[in-house]
Amino acid sequence: MNKIKTIFKGKFLFIFGPFFLLWLLRYIVPNYTISSKTPHWAYIPPKSCLGGCGSIDGFIPFVDWTNALIQFLRKYEIFGFFTFRDFTRGIANYVDKFLDFTEAVLHKGFPSYEIGPLPWIFIITLTVILGFYLRGWRLALLGGTCFAYLILFSKRGIWELSMKSLAAISVSAPLAALIGLCLGILAVKRKRFANFLWPMLNILQSLPHFSYLILVVIFVGIGTKAGVIATVIFAFPPMARLTILGLQNISQEIKEAGVMAGCTKWQMLFKVEIPAARSPIMLGINQVIMQCLAMIVIAAFIGQPGLGHDLLIRLQGLRLGEAFEIGVAVVLIAITLDRYSQALALKEPERREGNFVKRNPYLCATFFAIIICSILVFLFPFFNEYPKELTVSASVYLDNAIKSFTRSLFVPLGIFRDWMLIYFLMPLKAVFQSMPWTGVILFVGAIGWKLGKMRLALTVMLFVFFIASSGYWVRAMITLYMVFASLVICALIGIPLGIWASKKESRTKLVLNICDIFQTFPSFIYLLPAIMLFQISDVSAIFAIVIYSSIPMIRYTVFGLRNVPQQIIEASITSGCTERQLLWKVKMPLAFPEIILGANQTLMFALFMVMIAGFIGTVDLSQEIFRALSFSDGGKGLIIGLCVAFIGLTADRLLVEWSNQMKKKLGFIN
Amino acid sequence: MDDQIKISCSNIWKLYGENPEKFLKENNNNPSTEQLKSNKYIPAVRDASIDVKTGEILVIMGLSGSGKSTLLRCMSKLIQPTDGQVFFEGKDLLKASDKELIEIRRHKMGMVFQHFALLPHRTVLQNVAFPLEVQGIEPIKREDRAKEVIKLVGLEGREKYYPRELSGGQQQRVGLARSLAVEPDVWFLDEPFSALDPLIRKEMQNEFLRLQNMLKKTIVFITHDFDEAIRLADRIAIMYEGLIVQVGTPEELITKPATDYVAEFTKDIPRSKLLNAESVMNNKDKKLYDNTVNYKEKIEKIASKVLKSEGSYSVIDENKKVIGSLSKKEIIKALFAEDKNE
Repeated sequence: MNKIKTIFKGKFLFIFGPFFLLWLLRYIVPNYTISSKTPHWAYIPPKSCLGGCGSIDGFIPFVDWTNALIQFLRKYEIFGFFTFRDFTRGIANYVDKFLDFTEAVLHKGFPSYEIGPLPWIFIITLTVILGFYLRGWRLALLGGTCFAYLILFSKRGIWELSMKSLAAISVSAPLAALIGLCLGILAVKRKRFANFLWPMLNILQSLPHFSYLILVVIFVGIGTKAGVIATVIFAFPPMARLTILGLQNISQEIKEAGVMAGCTKWQMLFKVEIPAARSPIMLGINQVIMQCLAMIVIAAFIGQPGLGHDLLIRLQGLRLGEAFEIGVAVVLIAITLDRYSQALALKEPERREGNFVKRNPYLCATFFAIIICSILVFLFPFFNEYPKELTVSASVYLDNAIKSFTRSLFVPLGIFRDWMLIYFLMPLKAVFQSMPWTGVILFVGAIGWKLGKMRLALTVMLFVFFIASSGYWVRAMITLYMVFASLVICALIGIPLGIWASKKESRTKLVLNICDIFQTFPSFIYLLPAIMLFQISDVSAIFAIVIYSSIPMIRYTVFGLRNVPQQIIEASITSGCTERQLLWKVKMPLAFPEIILGANQTLMFALFMVMIAGFIGTVDLSQEIFRALSFSDGGKGLIIGLCVAFIGLTADRLLVEWSNQMKKKLGFIN
Repeated sequence: MDDQIKISCSNIWKLYGENPEKFLKENNNNPSTEQLKSNKYIPAVRDASIDVKTGEILVIMGLSGSGKSTLLRCMSKLIQPTDGQVFFEGKDLLKASDKELIEIRRHKMGMVFQHFALLPHRTVLQNVAFPLEVQGIEPIKREDRAKEVIKLVGLEGREKYYPRELSGGQQQRVGLARSLAVEPDVWFLDEPFSALDPLIRKEMQNEFLRLQNMLKKTIVFITHDFDEAIRLADRIAIMYEGLIVQVGTPEELITKPATDYVAEFTKDIPRSKLLNAESVMNNKDKKLYDNTVNYKEKIEKIASKVLKSEGSYSVIDENKKVIGSLSKKEIIKALFAEDKNE
């Protein structure tokens, strides 16, 4: 009884009160319908209820405004002689020049000089040597295996497709890295630019890909170069972030040492700061490469050929066996590139003394390998072009296996799916759809205010208001419902798994390794098992989301639990805690701020995956974006994208602030 | 020692807070502790004036947060002081252009850091050659010079090592070598041995004294360790909450502490290590006894022989002139008089 009293006395009522009042009112007011005279505008934003749940304007016509702006940029010659679109297309043409070169090297060859593309034997050998150089034989084995798979399974042209994708990546990754690096440096050197860059990066990283794909189509066109540009836009933010982080974290003393040595500004930058921050910068390059890989499937939507394109076609045709084969190729490339670039990031310069060969063993090995490979290619055509007869394909067997697997599990999976839909998802969906928008605004505002900042409260309220006024409120709530359902399931899976994993060093290592591997998979891959198991339904979408976004939940739980100071644990044990008491009374409360951050990341991942799950037919914002994509409706795509971004940013602001405040209370940060 | 002044700081202020220049002016360049506190300014250095003489080792001493590192950084203009003046060889450092500053740093200043501040991606040789490299000296010349300095600090044979392959003491030797590579006139050392183990610290102090005996630089040395200060210093400046409390020779600090704070600091120092014959002798008794001691001798060294012998010792100066005498009484008084300073 006392407990209930304190709850109502405390801030609980203040936060949830208005929200629930509005919500309940809807049911209490007799005969409430949308058309009745009750103030329905308080529940569903005005105008958006007209004409059902189609593409409708909000009470503020953001979409029209955006489209007008796009028209302006297309038509008006802001640069005097040419339009913004001419400008972007001009840039795209430069990108195309680089692409021509990488494509020629990897798969087209130089027909005018009668030179073919780089033979496969070169690619495998050089990859292996690079692997040895970067870390050792394990990495070399991984790289070798990856390319061996690609050449061996290339009955349906996986090798050529991979080379097309790699050609695109080898343009987009360096470009994104360079842009990110320059912006990062500029932001560190000019405070004002940083103030502008940070929010830009936040929005860019939480915008769903599809929403700017449309803009790329409008301003650049379609095809490989458009794909490359979309990829660059998507991939540079983490690089900029890590560059800023790296440069800011250089120890003050090292900078002072540079100044005292009499460095000029440029000497400081190139001889002191960038080398001293090289680990985070290299990590940024790793991130860039992974983002580029994640984009190969998404860029296929605007006509970039390669692995992604073929994967997409096979997914659409439900040819799962073939899709699986390509999926494995994508995953192998992803893991290989990830490990290679990680090794590069962690690589320390090594001391070698002796003669030239001893000092440069890998350089010499590369030299000899090139000579030997050239001789082999010259003598045996086998090494130049891998014969088609020797390629294999497992897709038929895979198809059969998948079929018999799903057939045998059809009934239990069906029961599970229907149970989930009827008892969990449908009711939850109803709850979310009935949430009054005014109540939600008050709710987030109250939380923001409770966390102590007027500015925070206003920001998140503005975010929610934007969504409501844009006309996509109902869709947004469906998106939110899917994200929330996934978040609940992720927590139910991730937290116990994290607790289990944190108990022993060996388990931690195992689980984190598995997380690593899962995280390198490009997101589209997760749709494969989802469709296999649950066909097309909300359950399959949520299944895909859950596998993808459980990773941060697990990671942060493990991190939080393992980072509880050893002293505190020892103190608790000597105070006589049982294992269970230790976990619930000591470790969990201390790890809670980290777990909240994990939930935040999970939410971001889920939001990202929801958009991709739109591909298998959900009815939320993602469907609208896909629709906008097929009509090249840039304004609509961008506004819906911003809706998604603002859902993410609202949750992010609140959760991170909450976590920080808890950490402060616990004395982890100042 | 020649008494020419190398660096002269006068009335240096360094405040952190909003618009400190304006605040300082409004308070006649001398705000009180209360004024600072009530206006939420954090004073790192307050009204510090000190001269560094050519060829001396000046140790700036204080606990962490006392402003000693900030004062050092004001001297090299790594930090712009809020107010005050710094003259380096008679040149106003605060009015110097960036270009002039770079020139001064390239040729006249060397600095050693607490955490070594070596560039992790460069070998020992490249680290030491770094200050020469940024001057644009050609590779062969700068590497020869770097090798010379590396030899000087006893790291021969480690030229191709990376910093991470060296122990803390070795890394700081690289730091010393780097700061000496340009043959600077002034050598700034910012708690150079604080991050090292006690045994290594001793060894490095000896190394430092050995180098200084050869090189005779003008040195500003920062430390929080009073033992280290009295071992190395010609003069010590003690800082407390941003203020220079007292400047003087080690003996002066012990025998005539300016404040209770200094007295507290010097309390635990064995007096025999610091006091010399001159400072404890009976200066009224100028008779010539059979035994004599030099007036600069530390009590530590002469106490036992004075205590063992029956008679008194004469204290003589460098011209063999008797300036006083020492008997058991004076020695005992010097060793055991805890509270009275005579």
